[in-house]
Amino acid sequence: MPVANVGDLAPPGQGTGQGTGQGISPSAITVNAVTKRFRVGNDAITALEEVSLDVRRGEFVAIVGPSGCGKSTLLKILTGLFAPSAGDTRIGGTVTTGPRRDIGVVFQSPLLFPWRTVLENVMLPADVQKLNRATHLTRAKELLDLVGLTDFKDRYPKELSGGMQQRVAIARALLHQPAILLMDEPFGALDAMTRERMNVELQRLWRIHNTSILFITHSIPEAVFLASRVVVMTPRPGRVAEILDINLPAKRPLELMNSPEFGAYVARIRSHFGSVGVID
Amino acid sequence: MSDKPPIHTSLKTLSISILLFVLLIGLWEFAVRYLQVPAFIVPAPSSMFRALYQGIASGLYVEHVGVTLIEILAGFAIGSSLGLLLGVGIATNRYMAYFLYPYVVVFQSLPKVAIAPLIVLWFGLGITSKIVAGALICFFAVMVNTIAGLRAVEQDRVDLIRSLGGSDFQVFWMLRLPSAMPFIMAGLEIALTFAMIGVIVAEFLGAERGLGMLMQSMNFSMDVAGSFSILVVLAALGLVLNRIIIFARHRLIYWEQPAGARGSEPPDTH
Repeated sequence: MPVANVGDLAPPGQGTGQGTGQGISPSAITVNAVTKRFRVGNDAITALEEVSLDVRRGEFVAIVGPSGCGKSTLLKILTGLFAPSAGDTRIGGTVTTGPRRDIGVVFQSPLLFPWRTVLENVMLPADVQKLNRATHLTRAKELLDLVGLTDFKDRYPKELSGGMQQRVAIARALLHQPAILLMDEPFGALDAMTRERMNVELQRLWRIHNTSILFITHSIPEAVFLASRVVVMTPRPGRVAEILDINLPAKRPLELMNSPEFGAYVARIRSHFGSVGVID
Repeated sequence: MSDKPPIHTSLKTLSISILLFVLLIGLWEFAVRYLQVPAFIVPAPSSMFRALYQGIASGLYVEHVGVTLIEILAGFAIGSSLGLLLGVGIATNRYMAYFLYPYVVVFQSLPKVAIAPLIVLWFGLGITSKIVAGALICFFAVMVNTIAGLRAVEQDRVDLIRSLGGSDFQVFWMLRLPSAMPFIMAGLEIALTFAMIGVIVAEFLGAERGLGMLMQSMNFSMDVAGSFSILVVLAALGLVLNRIIIFARHRLIYWEQPAGARGSEPPDTH
């Protein structure tokens, strides 16, 4: 099974070619007409139907949709844990045919290993992929500094609050310099206040780090607040209803959520769910 | 979980504990003397302690404790290793699970004390039969807990390692095994008690040496105070072995603090 190397210069996909001065800017992620069916007993359930989208390098794309729209299935296909029934996905230009090593994933729960300290948890990708320990130890400390947890590096996860644990999970997902950061409702389990603060922090992290991010959420305001483009998905079967450009400044303070433009985006996305009866 | 604060050991609580113990022993002594209970039914604590002292001072108990201890430890080590290996095999290999597990379940539904006479018949009066009995009785507890522990891993955690390109072996070594450690240690704790039962029962049935055999011979000669003193020795032995396991557990599962010792969570300052 071919596995892309982290350092590989990936061949450009049939990308969006928006790069200026550096020729073609390949997509970080391309999802090409992906359909996924499951067999449940004698019934075939279509979780995803003809889903196509892309994430440009350095772009923050959010997928928003109610439960049952196949968001998590799409994520599993992107990581190579599931094979699509039809269509294909590319990361950094290489087609995914199985688990790959150039993806960072943040799940809804932090999934830290209780027997590892915070620093050792961040080091997990280096341990799994047998990467150079010394250089990645330095990188792990830098990442912990970036998420503001330097003082907690030798603590165990149970000593940390939920928000802090999720920050450790984000640092861990970035350790091996993945081509793409996949986030599956990463703040869904946090309280509203912590969630807003984490949104602001993630936005800062994205601006500093310039990572390509695909962010899955069921919160419409969260998607509008964070993303430069929002992919709206509707359920049963999971389809892309609209891909919406969010023309708001890159640096977004929380107060922006009260602005009329912000409200207009939220209302527009919500209208999709109203029309398919998800929201009445 | 109870909200009541744990009782801390202090001079006050310690003296109450000692007082209670002395009171109970005193009550027992008084009841036996006052009600004139025959010594071959229930001995007075004073005669039990005398028998205990004489047994230890004469070196008689020391020899038999040594034999029984070796049998328990060997039975426990063999049974636990077997349980661990089989547990890992059944939890990680579908074919082993499918073909072996039914036998294991049937074997477990059998009261193993019932096959102890056969074990003594097959393996003789020496220590081998005691070790086999101890191992057979304790292995299942370790195996079942190992299987449960290895299987009780969240799929998301497995996916996390897989999404990084991790192998089956890495999932086992970095995730499943450490996750199963609390289960395995609990299994070992039970297994130790079971190994003790197996060894003592086998000694009752026929042995040349050991505490069970000693107790049996005291019973035949109506030396009930002696029998009681052996019970004290067995209880002490069990307690020491159990403490060792608990100590090992805290060392091996260092990330699990005992209940009540948990610190409060720090506030989210960022």
